[in-house]
Amino acid sequence: MKYLPLVVKNLLRKKTRTLLTVLSIAVALFLYGLLVTIHGAFYQGVEMAGADRLVVRNRTSLIMPLPISYKERMLQIDGVAEVAHATWFGGVYQDERNFFVQFAIEPEPYLRMYPEFVISKVQLAEFMRDRESCLAGRKLVERFGWKVGDRIPIKGTIWPGVWEFNLRAIYDGKRPEDDTTQFMFRYDYLDERRQFGQGTVGWYMVKVKNPDDSGKICRAIDTRFANSPYETVTEPEKVFMTGFVKQMGNIELLILSIGAVVLFTLLLVTGNTMAMAVRERIGEIGVLKTVGFSDRAVLVLVLGESMTIAGIGGIIGIGLAKLFTLGGDPTHGFLPVFYFPPAKIVWGLILATAVGLASGLVPAVGAMRLKIVDALRRV
Amino acid sequence: MVRVDGNHDGTALISARDLDKAYQRGGETIHVLQGLNLDVEKGEFVAFMGPSGSGKTTLLNLIGGLDVPTDGAIRVAGEEINRLSGRKLAAWRGRHVGFVFQMYNLIPVLTAFQNVELPVLLTKLSKAERRRHVETALSVVGLADRMNHYPRQLSGGQEQRVAIARAIVADPTFLLCDEPTGDLDRRSADEVLELLSRLVHEHGKTILMVTHDPRAAERAHVVLHLDKGVLVEGRRKGA
Repeated sequence: MKYLPLVVKNLLRKKTRTLLTVLSIAVALFLYGLLVTIHGAFYQGVEMAGADRLVVRNRTSLIMPLPISYKERMLQIDGVAEVAHATWFGGVYQDERNFFVQFAIEPEPYLRMYPEFVISKVQLAEFMRDRESCLAGRKLVERFGWKVGDRIPIKGTIWPGVWEFNLRAIYDGKRPEDDTTQFMFRYDYLDERRQFGQGTVGWYMVKVKNPDDSGKICRAIDTRFANSPYETVTEPEKVFMTGFVKQMGNIELLILSIGAVVLFTLLLVTGNTMAMAVRERIGEIGVLKTVGFSDRAVLVLVLGESMTIAGIGGIIGIGLAKLFTLGGDPTHGFLPVFYFPPAKIVWGLILATAVGLASGLVPAVGAMRLKIVDALRRV
Repeated sequence: MVRVDGNHDGTALISARDLDKAYQRGGETIHVLQGLNLDVEKGEFVAFMGPSGSGKTTLLNLIGGLDVPTDGAIRVAGEEINRLSGRKLAAWRGRHVGFVFQMYNLIPVLTAFQNVELPVLLTKLSKAERRRHVETALSVVGLADRMNHYPRQLSGGQEQRVAIARAIVADPTFLLCDEPTGDLDRRSADEVLELLSRLVHEHGKTILMVTHDPRAAERAHVVLHLDKGVLVEGRRKGA
């Protein structure tokens, strides 16, 4: 700590250069924050997927339905604990830009399947009592300023007409990263009112008794419905969600590529700054060694400078990224879980420190190895 | 007592024996010092004179542990410094040697106080003790009222006095001064020389000084001439 004033004084020697370097690190770490948040938003479903949940969909396409009669037949398969279904509604609330997902669900089994959704008992009872009721996540409710009791009109795009729902319950997530932007309503209301497709559902969720049996149960379900008009594809929820994300392209590779380019550029910028800072004061390093600073102390001083720059830049960048994500999904629905988790924040700070260490290492080792007599000639 | 013949009873504070220093330049070996002997007792003020390139600064660098001899040995207070590892040598320099350079070599972003504090930062002294040492050193050089000034706010003479304060702050065994008045006007040079004399006479310091200036050399007890790597005793005060 007693060397800190020396580190600070050296950093303030060229204020503009230090400021620009700090800002470049801040921008890079801000970008890191956004990238991991976007990555998290895309892969949230994958990460949150239950190991004991399977998804059963129509073999032809996800948009093709499955008969509701499949539920009872799946329940007969050994190892299946619960079956619930959901059906995509795809309606528009006021304006097409107000996108959010809407499912028709069979409330009891579906909500049992997703214990991460927390609903008050009173509101749940209200939701179950009213056939036109709906259930919305906290973020969705806050987005549109809804409150329990509101009547919400949604224009159907698959099944025409204006569908009106009574908001009876609001759910929260057990974890901050749980998706609370969904809108769910009762399947029996959908099936009664829709003009076509009665007796079908979008897909099934199957809960297995033992996750180790998932593979066997997937095969058993698909075998049971083989050679029927509605053949199925059954896969663990994680696989299903991954495939869903990959339909949009290799998001992970894109994010990793951008991240790697940013990190490499950052190393060059910070490394160059530190190399210049050391080159400019070789004579002073010679003086420090002359008065008794060891090679190791000089190494620590230079690394201290690079890590201070990186640390300050990192804190600013990460802080700004966190503030930005607190504003919620900037796409208004496309990235429902726009959340920068604490673990990723810690990783960001570790990354900033590592950048400081890596960028300062070469000049620091150079300063450490500098011979005093050579250094003093440069005064 | 200062001797250059290698015949000393072994009580010298600084003792160099058969010192050789050679450099390689473009495939050629240049012998800067050859078989040099030197014994300096505590409290001596020794001036080294000689033409440029004669090896004066090289000798000072070797005695101060800034460079290592090609051959021979240097003992300071009984310790053979050319056998010390880099880390131990750095610690030894901090404890035993105070350096004063021609160009002062102050760190421009640090105040006079912070510059003087540098050597004691390496010690285990508390902050309050460090402050006391620095204030004392700056008082000795007459700059206690300038401790918060930066080098650019000081005259050349004042900068050199700050450099002397930095050299004495850790109460070193001896001082090495490499042309301490070389960049100063006459008046400032006299002030600095007067200060160095006081350090010897009032504080019992041992000083080895390289100079081209005969007036500076007059202050020393002994003037040694170095020519082509060989040390020759010149004038001895009072002799």
